[in-house]
Amino acid sequence: MIYPYIPHTNEDRRAMLEAIGVKSIDELFSVMGEDLLLEDSVPISHGRTEDEVQRMIDSIAQRNVRGIPFLGAGCYDHIVPSTVKALSSLPSFVTAYTPYQAEMSQGLLQAIYEFQSMICEITGMDVSNASLYDGANAAVEAAGIMIASKRKANTVLVSSTIHPFALRVLNTWAAGADHVISVVPAKEGTIDLESLEGMLDDSVAGLIVQTPNRYGLLEDYTGIADRLHEQKSLFAIMADPLSLALQRTPAEWGADIAIGDTQALGLPLAFGGPSCGYIAVTTALMRRIPGRVVGATVDKEGRRGYTLTLQAREQHIKRERATSNICSNQALAALMTTIHLSSLGWDGMVEAAKQSYAKAHYLAYHLAQLPGVTLVWDKPFWCEFPLIFSDAKRMRKFLQELRNEGIFAGVRLSSLTRKASDELVLLVAVTEKRSREELEIYLAAARRVLK
Amino acid sequence: MSKIVESLRYSKDHEWVRIEGDRAFVGISDHAQSELGEIVYVELPPTGERYEQGEEISTVESVKAASPIINPIAGVVVEANEELDGSPELINEDCYKNHLYVLSPFDQEQYDGLLDADQYKEFLATL
Repeated sequence: MIYPYIPHTNEDRRAMLEAIGVKSIDELFSVMGEDLLLEDSVPISHGRTEDEVQRMIDSIAQRNVRGIPFLGAGCYDHIVPSTVKALSSLPSFVTAYTPYQAEMSQGLLQAIYEFQSMICEITGMDVSNASLYDGANAAVEAAGIMIASKRKANTVLVSSTIHPFALRVLNTWAAGADHVISVVPAKEGTIDLESLEGMLDDSVAGLIVQTPNRYGLLEDYTGIADRLHEQKSLFAIMADPLSLALQRTPAEWGADIAIGDTQALGLPLAFGGPSCGYIAVTTALMRRIPGRVVGATVDKEGRRGYTLTLQAREQHIKRERATSNICSNQALAALMTTIHLSSLGWDGMVEAAKQSYAKAHYLAYHLAQLPGVTLVWDKPFWCEFPLIFSDAKRMRKFLQELRNEGIFAGVRLSSLTRKASDELVLLVAVTEKRSREELEIYLAAARRVLK
Repeated sequence: MSKIVESLRYSKDHEWVRIEGDRAFVGISDHAQSELGEIVYVELPPTGERYEQGEEISTVESVKAASPIINPIAGVVVEANEELDGSPELINEDCYKNHLYVLSPFDQEQYDGLLDADQYKEFLATL
């Protein structure tokens, strides 16, 4: 049986028109100007049946090239326990609407509360919100908190080493909101602290940095928090949350705001999205955190329960004076992160982070022995490193040869930044999911090309 | 009928000012607190900063709304009423006893230009 997707029959339409006292569809839309009406039908092909569409999509999917991914640049191929998909697919989660009514949404509210608790534990911060759209979105919200927190300051400093997409989203936001984004230059792959010092003045509301940064390198923020606080400016650190199992947390660096993307925790690659952003702050900034926050409380019989709280910053309360326009969160993706972390536990998270570190360093060490490529900056990294090629031709050949072996060797940084200066930089990511055999296949192919 | 204290001066944004020596105490009027309803949070201004007349200086959140406090006269904030931090309901209990912040020095001329109790009463009648 083949049904069209449109649920209304002509009879249904006639009944509805009759109920509101209108003779025809044309009459219903008669308030619209003639010039707005289409004269011809919309130039798309006729509808297809479900089966036809399925076959069409399948044939497109077959054109996908499968391979072993050493791709990262913000989106990583980690092991995800099957509990994540199984539990997050429960209809009660998939179809859940915004939990405005606490009395009928305890399950979802508790799941969000657990997410917030885990983000606080991982980042070391005091208060997390219920999630944001992605890491770039979180960076914008951090910038918004900064501007709202310091009077007469309209500039946010951003390290040139943050993810290129986050920088672009920040610039888009600033252009619309009349704020200024000033980019702090890098020195040898990490933020240049000397340049930063020269940029700090009264107009600066805060600084946003990222570690591991866009090159995969870990940055050193010794003294930065104190220096910013002297200026009454805020400090935000963007970090892959899985890396925080090993590296110093934003709280330990003295950050006021921790932000990032939870993709590495339970979310599939899925062509780059949807993802899930996190933002967590100190108690001092609790009233400035954007979006939703779920709080724990007790009902009148003293039983533990959960409810949305502290929404005073949202635009439906503060109207035009709102400091954030976020009125939603990424509940299902946040749930996947929550289930992922519950399945791994703290030990599992440390294990995944350590294995990623060890495997990435194994590959980096052996690649660095080969001619024509270098790990140009002698800086610490975690699961991703920048491989710099001596010339573009060699890089192209490298990528092609490895692809012939079924390996996606890395992400060309210039494909994200569109900068000529990044053309010889290949970002190579190695997660705990890559086996020893896969690493050896990569190395063997690399040795053949780079001899 | 909302309560108006005779000895105070008022702004059209419903803030009151009381002078004690070289210090000007600023709070919100009974009309303002009753319009707001149950107050749940007062964002206090940072001390040591100068605010102009008419500048938004802090926010009072109630169960109904989050409303800006408009600084009634120019001056430097020397003190914020920290008591309100944990007990914002003090404003509902007695809005004239519990100020928000203290300005010193402050603009005397602008103070003289504020509404007196009778004028504020008349102003309220027009709302």
